[in-house]
Amino acid sequence: MLSCSRLVAPKIDWNMLRYVIKRLISTLPVLIGISFLLFFMLRMLPGDPAQVLAGQMATPEEVQNIRHQLGLDRPIFTQYALFLGRLVRFDLGRSARTQNPVIEEVWARLPNTILLAVAAIILACLFGIPAGILSAVRPYTWIDYLVTSMALFGISMPVFWLGLMLVVLFSVILQWLPAGGTGTWKHVILPSITLAAFVVAFIARMTRASMMEALAQDYTTTARSKGLKESVVVVKHALKNALIPIITVVGLQFGLLLGGAVLTETVFAWPGLGRLIVDSILARDYPVIQGAILIFGLLYILVNLMVDLVYAFVDPRIRYD
Amino acid sequence: MTEKKKSNELQSYWSGNRELRRRWAKLRRNKAALFGGVLILIYLFTALFGPILYPGNPSAPNLIRSLETPSRQHPLGTDELGRSILGRIVHGSRVSLLIAIGVVSLGLLLGVPLGLVSGYYGGKVDFGIQRITDTMLAFPGFLLALALVAVLGVGLKNTVISVGISMVPIYIRLVRGCVLSVREQVYVEAARALGTRDVAILMRHILPNVMVPITVQTSLGMGTAILFAAGLGFLGVGVQPPTPEWGAMLGSGRAYLFHAPHVATFPGIAIFLAVLGFNLSGDGLREALDPRFKL
Repeated sequence: MLSCSRLVAPKIDWNMLRYVIKRLISTLPVLIGISFLLFFMLRMLPGDPAQVLAGQMATPEEVQNIRHQLGLDRPIFTQYALFLGRLVRFDLGRSARTQNPVIEEVWARLPNTILLAVAAIILACLFGIPAGILSAVRPYTWIDYLVTSMALFGISMPVFWLGLMLVVLFSVILQWLPAGGTGTWKHVILPSITLAAFVVAFIARMTRASMMEALAQDYTTTARSKGLKESVVVVKHALKNALIPIITVVGLQFGLLLGGAVLTETVFAWPGLGRLIVDSILARDYPVIQGAILIFGLLYILVNLMVDLVYAFVDPRIRYD
Repeated sequence: MTEKKKSNELQSYWSGNRELRRRWAKLRRNKAALFGGVLILIYLFTALFGPILYPGNPSAPNLIRSLETPSRQHPLGTDELGRSILGRIVHGSRVSLLIAIGVVSLGLLLGVPLGLVSGYYGGKVDFGIQRITDTMLAFPGFLLALALVAVLGVGLKNTVISVGISMVPIYIRLVRGCVLSVREQVYVEAARALGTRDVAILMRHILPNVMVPITVQTSLGMGTAILFAAGLGFLGVGVQPPTPEWGAMLGSGRAYLFHAPHVATFPGIAIFLAVLGFNLSGDGLREALDPRFKL
């Protein structure tokens, strides 16, 4: 028989719930802004958007048909209202190239981009945080200089060039890993390292700065004077307090990573959202560009929201009032 | 009375000068920043005197010599059309410098006034500008530049406009943040009490006090501009061939990665060194000029 306590519903943190709702509402102006941007993107095109979508070979009837389908023959505010209505239903139109619904094309590619981004961020944290800690614990030593130099190199290195150089080394010379494509876990290694290198530098720098500040605080001195082991002081006292800025930078980097994914996916022929955007730009497939950019924007907002919520678990002092 | 005022002015001038000298000395002691400065000087020298250093048309094909490995005649080898890679990198430095200056100027011209107005006036103006900034920052910078290129089309001018606009929200946020702290200072209040016009307060009292972060951001922004423009060139949506642009060179070299990896290697090194120079200098400037780094 189940005990009663197991059947009791988990306690709801109303403050937190209120905060989540407040944060969700605060993203509304940004979402409206994004919808404006996407709406006017099509209107800013030189010439007639219907003609652009129909292509140069289309007959006047076909162009007129597209114009009517998109509602381009209606007043501008009606067009925007219709556009918003379609957005809410995730109806992003059809691809000019394949005639498939844009949302299908985007959904098909999204898991690949998320897989790459998550693999890269895990890799970046695994290297960046320990490197930053090491650098902060031994400041102004050779190891600190090595970490800070590597971090600066990482920030300055073009991600697409690094990807190509990794292909030369691991695929052409050593022939250990595939140069591109997808299918096995081996295909994920080079793209995620490339993408991680771009982010690891930021994480290492922020960890170093944040840890150095925490290590200079009174509570760290107190912990040391109590005779605690240095590893305990560093991990339990300093790192715990230094985590907030580190989480912030990890969240922010996730956005940068999405931008970097466009280049990395192109280098490794990785069938993700970034590659879809580039292919669509080259083919002037505007509905797909709109859809993919919208999803990127939503992802970025969602990640920022999640970062805010993670703060609560890391730092109980934060109150959601 | 007048003499006392003069003496005070002189004193503040010398103390200001001393502060400047102290910061300059701090910057000079920073070896990384110095190295960055040297890299920038080499880059500027190459960009300015490129045609003298490497005369001839860098885009003229010579198919007989295509994909040659580095040799005495072509120290960095040749590309798929037999053009000297070194020559194209040298001439390409001018293109990337042009883009970087254009991008940063656009970012400054639009971002600084908007940031000043947003921070100084607050209220509805601030709300409006900040919501636009929020929207622009809802996209990673490179993606925003890519979206703008999709609308504006490819080419040098559109690359500058797209990357430049993608940088505007960064300047707006930076300047606004600084203005918010500066506008509450006593000297701003005093100027307002004396009836000084807002434009004069913004230009004479507030702008000089936000110059440090703007200078640092400009150095870092030059590096980012080179990276973004090269990224667009690499994807084939930036500066178009046959213009020798570093990113586009890398993009075309990608096809020959298995047979002639040098074609993609050297333009990448050029981008890396130029960006590294600006990043090192930006970091050094921040450490020397930002009082928070006095710790």
